[in-house]
Amino acid sequence: MLLFRLKRTLKLGIKSLWMHRLRSTLTTLGIIFGVCSVIAMLAIGEGASREAQESIARLGSTNLIIETVRPPEEQTDTGNVETVKSYGLTYADAESIRNTIPNVDVAVPIREIDQEARYLNRKVAIKIVGTIPWYTEISPIRLMRGRFLSSTDLHHQLAVCVIDDQVGRKLFAFDDPLGLDVKIYGGYYRVVGIVTRAATGKTTDGFDRGPAVVSGDSGGVVGNIYIPLTTAKSRFTELTASFSGGSQSVERVELQKIIVKVTSNRQVLQMRDIIDTLLNHIHDKQDYQIVVPLELLRAAARTRRIFSIVLGSIAAISLLVGGIGIMNIMLATVSERTREIGIRRALGARKRDIIVQFLSETLLLTLLGGVLGIILGSIIPSLVTHFGHMPTIITGGSLVLAFGVSAAIGITFGLYPACRAANMDPIESLRHE
Amino acid sequence: MAVVHIEKLCKTYQLGLVQLSALCDVDLEIEQGRYIAVMGPSGSGKSTLLNLLGCLDRPTSGRYRLSGEDVSTLDDDQLSLIRGKRIGFIFQSYNLIGQLNVIENIELPMFYQGFSEQASARRAGELATMVGLGDRLKHKPSELSGGQQQRVAIARALANDPVMILADEPTGNLDSASGAEILSVLNALHQQGKTLIIVTHDTEIAARAQRIIHLLDGRVEREIHNGA
Ligand SMILES: Nc1ncnc2c1ncn2[C@@H]1O[C@H](COP(=O)(O)OP(=O)(O)O)[C@@H](O)[C@H]1O
Ligand SMILES: [Mg+2]
Repeated sequence: MLLFRLKRTLKLGIKSLWMHRLRSTLTTLGIIFGVCSVIAMLAIGEGASREAQESIARLGSTNLIIETVRPPEEQTDTGNVETVKSYGLTYADAESIRNTIPNVDVAVPIREIDQEARYLNRKVAIKIVGTIPWYTEISPIRLMRGRFLSSTDLHHQLAVCVIDDQVGRKLFAFDDPLGLDVKIYGGYYRVVGIVTRAATGKTTDGFDRGPAVVSGDSGGVVGNIYIPLTTAKSRFTELTASFSGGSQSVERVELQKIIVKVTSNRQVLQMRDIIDTLLNHIHDKQDYQIVVPLELLRAAARTRRIFSIVLGSIAAISLLVGGIGIMNIMLATVSERTREIGIRRALGARKRDIIVQFLSETLLLTLLGGVLGIILGSIIPSLVTHFGHMPTIITGGSLVLAFGVSAAIGITFGLYPACRAANMDPIESLRHE
Repeated sequence: MAVVHIEKLCKTYQLGLVQLSALCDVDLEIEQGRYIAVMGPSGSGKSTLLNLLGCLDRPTSGRYRLSGEDVSTLDDDQLSLIRGKRIGFIFQSYNLIGQLNVIENIELPMFYQGFSEQASARRAGELATMVGLGDRLKHKPSELSGGQQQRVAIARALANDPVMILADEPTGNLDSASGAEILSVLNALHQQGKTLIIVTHDTEIAARAQRIIHLLDGRVEREIHNGA
C-alpha cells in the first residue's frame, strides 16, 4: 500500500518532469554543477593536504631540526677580498645539546657534502651524509640489507659506507654492492649496508626542504651515501669556496644539521625554546634555524581548514544558486498545476498529500542532479590528477555529503512551493484556468 | 435518516468594504436516495451550495449535518477524508488530470484512501466498463470526446462508493446527444439508490428529478416536488 503510493508519486513526478524535459534539465544543471564542485574541490583540497601532511610527517613529529643558515651579510666585510668566514652549527654545539639539555633522546649531528661516487667506469652524483649510528632513530630510513654504521666505525674512523638503494642500482647495476668499494674523492669506502627511504609516495611538492632525512633528490643527486661522521671530518675539508659579486670568499661550516629527538611530542615546542636559548648563548650570529615538523603539521592543518572553508563557501554558494533555481521552477510548476491541485483536493487529498507530491518531485530533481553531479565530480579530480599532476582524493564522506546536501536543498527549497500548493483554496484552484 | 440536514446556512464573501451574501438562511433536508435538481439564474448561489454540501467550503454561519455528523466544526484533514470517502464530485468541465490516463484518473480517489494497487486497478477497470469505456483504459483525456471525459469523471466520482453524488452542470459543456448519455448514466445511479444532487439549467433534466430547488439571490425561492 505504502509502496503503491511511493510508486505512484514517483511515477507522477517523473512524468511531469519528463513533460518539461528542457526545463527540468536546465534546472538540474545548477545542482549538478554545485555538487560537482563540492566533490571536486574537496578531492583537490584533500589531496593537497594529505600530501603536505605526509611529507611533514616524514620529518618526524618528535624531531627538531636545527639547520645551518648563512648569516646576513655584514656591510663591513666587503672590503676584505679573501677571508675565511666561519658560521653555522659545530661539533661543540651537538655536544652541548647532548650534555646539557635533559629529555633529549638523541642529538644527531649531520654533515652533508655533495660529491661524486664512482664504481668501475660508472659515476653518479650523490650526497655524503656524515653522521652517527643513532641516525636511524631520527630518520625514516629502513635497513634493507647488511647493517647501518656502528660505534666501532665511528670510533676508528673506518672507511665504510651505507648506501641508498637507488644509489646501489645506479652505481652497481647488477652487482651486489655489499662488500664492494665505492670511490669517492680519491678514497675507497666499503659498502656495509643498503637502506631504503620509508617514504611512501613520490614527493613533488613544495615541502621538499632538502633535509637529508627527507630526500636529497635536488640537483641531479641520485641518493645518499652515509659514512661515519668522524671519517667525514678527517677526509673532507670543511671549507668551501664561493664567488659572490666578483670577490671570492671562503666559508667554513662544520655541520649542516643537528637533529634532536625528544621522547614525546608534547615536549617539542618547549625543547625548541631551550635549544634556542642555548645556541643563542653560544653563537654571536643568527646562523642557525630550528624547524619543528610538528609546528609545520599544525600550520598545515590550519591552512587546510582555511582552504576547506573557502572552497566550501564557493561550493555552497553555487549550491544555493542551484537551490534558488529549483525553487523558482517549482513555484512555476505549482502555479501551472493549480487546477490539478484543486481536483486532487476535491477527490480527498489532504494538504500533506499535496506537500508530499510536490516535495518528492523537487527531491527527484535534486537527487538526480546530485547523482549526475557525483558522477561528474568523480571524473573531474582524476582529470586534474592526470593532466595537472596534482594528487586528488575522493573520500566516501564527500560523496555522502554531496548527496545529503542535494537532498537537503531539495527539501529546503521545495518545501515552500509545496506548502504553497497545499494551502491553496480548493475552490479557487478549481476555478483556475 | 436524512443524508443532508442544513439549518440557516449562510455564506458571505467580503469584497472590500461590501459584504456579499452568496447564500443566505438556507434550510434543507435531503433523504437518502433522492434525485434533486438545483436551478436558478447565474450567480444565485448554486455552486456555492454544492461546494458547501461537498465539504469543499465552510459556511460562514449555520449548521450542516452529513449523515447525522456535524461537519461545520471539522478540520481540514477530516473534511478531506469526507470528500474522499462520502462525496463524489462531477464538474461541468470534467476536471480530469491531463497527464493521467483513464484508469489512473479513476483510481485517484482510491489512491488517497490507501487502496492497494491491485484492488484499485480492478475497481477502476470495472467502473470504466460500467460507464462504457472498457476499451479506452490507457487513453489520455485529450484523446477522448467531451461525453467520454464526463463518463470518466462519473466513474471517478463512484470510485469510493460515496453516499452522495454532486454534479455541477454536468451537461453544460456537452451537445444534446452526449448530454443525454450522461443523464442516462446518472439515472442508472439513482436507480441503484445513490443520492444525486444536480445543478442544471435544463428543464428536461429537472423534470426527471423528484424535487427541484429554485435558488434566487442566495435564498431558496421555491421548491417543487414531482410526484413520482
Ligand atoms: N470567491 C468568491 N469571492 C467573492 N464572491 C464570490 C466568490 N464565489 C462566489 N461568489 C459570488 O457568490 C455568488 C454566487 O456564486 P455561485 O454560487 O458561483 O453562483 P452560480 O453557481 O449559481 O452561478 C455570485 O454572486 C458570485 O459572484
Ligand atoms: Mg455555478
